[in-house]
Amino acid sequence: MAQVYLDNYAATPIIPEAREAMLPFLESEFGNPSSLHSWGDRAREAVEEARSRVASLINAEPEEIIFTSNGSEANNLAVKGLAGALKKRGEHVVVSAVEHFSVLNPVKTLEKSGFEVTVVPVDPYGTVDLQALEEALRKDTVLVSVMAANGEIGTVEPLAEAASLAAERGIAFHTDAVAAAAFVDIDVKETGITALSLASDLLYGPKGAGALFLRKGTRILPQVEGGVQEGGRRSGTENVPSIVGMGVAAELAASLREERSGRLSAMRDQLIRRMLEEVPHIRLTGHPTERLPWNASFVVDFIEGESMLLFLDQRGIAVSSGSACTSRALKRSHVLDACGVPVESTQGSILFSFGLENRPEDVDAVMEALPPIVERLRQMSPLYAKFLREGGA
Amino acid sequence: MAMYSDVVMDHFTNPRNVGEIEDADGVGEVGNPTCGDMMTFYIKVKDGRLEDVKFKTFGCGAAIAVSSMVSEMAKGKTLEEAMKIGREDVAQELGGLPKQKMHCSNLGADALHKAIEDYLSRQGGKE
Repeated sequence: MAQVYLDNYAATPIIPEAREAMLPFLESEFGNPSSLHSWGDRAREAVEEARSRVASLINAEPEEIIFTSNGSEANNLAVKGLAGALKKRGEHVVVSAVEHFSVLNPVKTLEKSGFEVTVVPVDPYGTVDLQALEEALRKDTVLVSVMAANGEIGTVEPLAEAASLAAERGIAFHTDAVAAAAFVDIDVKETGITALSLASDLLYGPKGAGALFLRKGTRILPQVEGGVQEGGRRSGTENVPSIVGMGVAAELAASLREERSGRLSAMRDQLIRRMLEEVPHIRLTGHPTERLPWNASFVVDFIEGESMLLFLDQRGIAVSSGSACTSRALKRSHVLDACGVPVESTQGSILFSFGLENRPEDVDAVMEALPPIVERLRQMSPLYAKFLREGGA
Repeated sequence: MAMYSDVVMDHFTNPRNVGEIEDADGVGEVGNPTCGDMMTFYIKVKDGRLEDVKFKTFGCGAAIAVSSMVSEMAKGKTLEEAMKIGREDVAQELGGLPKQKMHCSNLGADALHKAIEDYLSRQGGKE
């Protein structure tokens, strides 16, 4: 049976270069970067080298990179840490409606501690409404958080414009670049971003490492307190192997961005074209052109996402879905909701996320497997029967 | 998928009794697409027994497996016996369901009961 992995937004295989670089740090080089002996020196040097590499990806300075355990932790640190440090200046925070839960949930926590929050809407493509963003900014606004791109629907956000709206007013601007960083060229010096979140696994590095870029001179309240690792802004012994892997992955993400983008977007475009042509009653979600090269996301009418996912899994194809049934919380995707996708259609959400190991034949495998699955589930669906009875075609 | 038992996966992969009954004696519908699952049951009654049971379901793997299992459990039973099939019985027959699927996806028995009630009310109308 074919093995076609198209869930790279959930997890990616580690690129061989990163894995190789990590191995010594899983074996003989186990030292703690805080130690003063030579074991510690070697671990510290490796972490500092990784820091430089991660900084280069976004044109930051090495000392502006704080390593964390993952993207969620970077987002938590940015949102709670910046808002907390700026509390005296004002208690208003602005975020977009399509942010990741690791931004939205910390914002809810801020709300409980007295902050006011404005959620800026998006258009049907999931693009943040810049006019609404501008109108949301107030004298007491201390933080704006708008993601660089949304992994669920692939839409690349107008980051530079959003960042400058905040910068012009002296408001701290954070962007969650976890989904975007491997493919969207971001220059933190040019855009005037205050803070930016990264995750190693979305750069094709290992899990267990993330980073927050924090502009020099910006005050932040640490969320993990303890020793003085990461300049006291994130305590805890560093995950040296994962950080090393992340560094290598970040360097390759920068140097291979164009080649990778071309290869992945060709497969993405082929899948989108064939899906829209060969499967009736489906819609592309997210922006048709301002889109991450790896993301092909759809809603399929009259059927539910988890059922599609399970049948595809039986055919050796791994995908994900934003349907309520697929989520452990049994809530439908807030991203599709924000885009105005009708409730019953969001149940038919299906997301294909390409990665470096995919080949063009994988698109053929999907297009061979999926249409009969859709047809079969529709034959079972009372909604489809109703649609046909009411004269649909 | 390890989330579901083998019995659930079997019923999901090869659901029994999918379809509609044109001249059904009773029809029962539960759920709605907003909550994620929707099931319609059709029954044919002869001599106080469920001669035939069919269903159509919109929903996740659990919802489809539940519908299939309910249809199989109900077929051939008297109306009284069928009314006693509860959600817990269905889940048990399926070798258990994930906790988060116990409510919204496990509505098959309710849909069956509604179909029987529909049949009974139609009978009442005739008298």
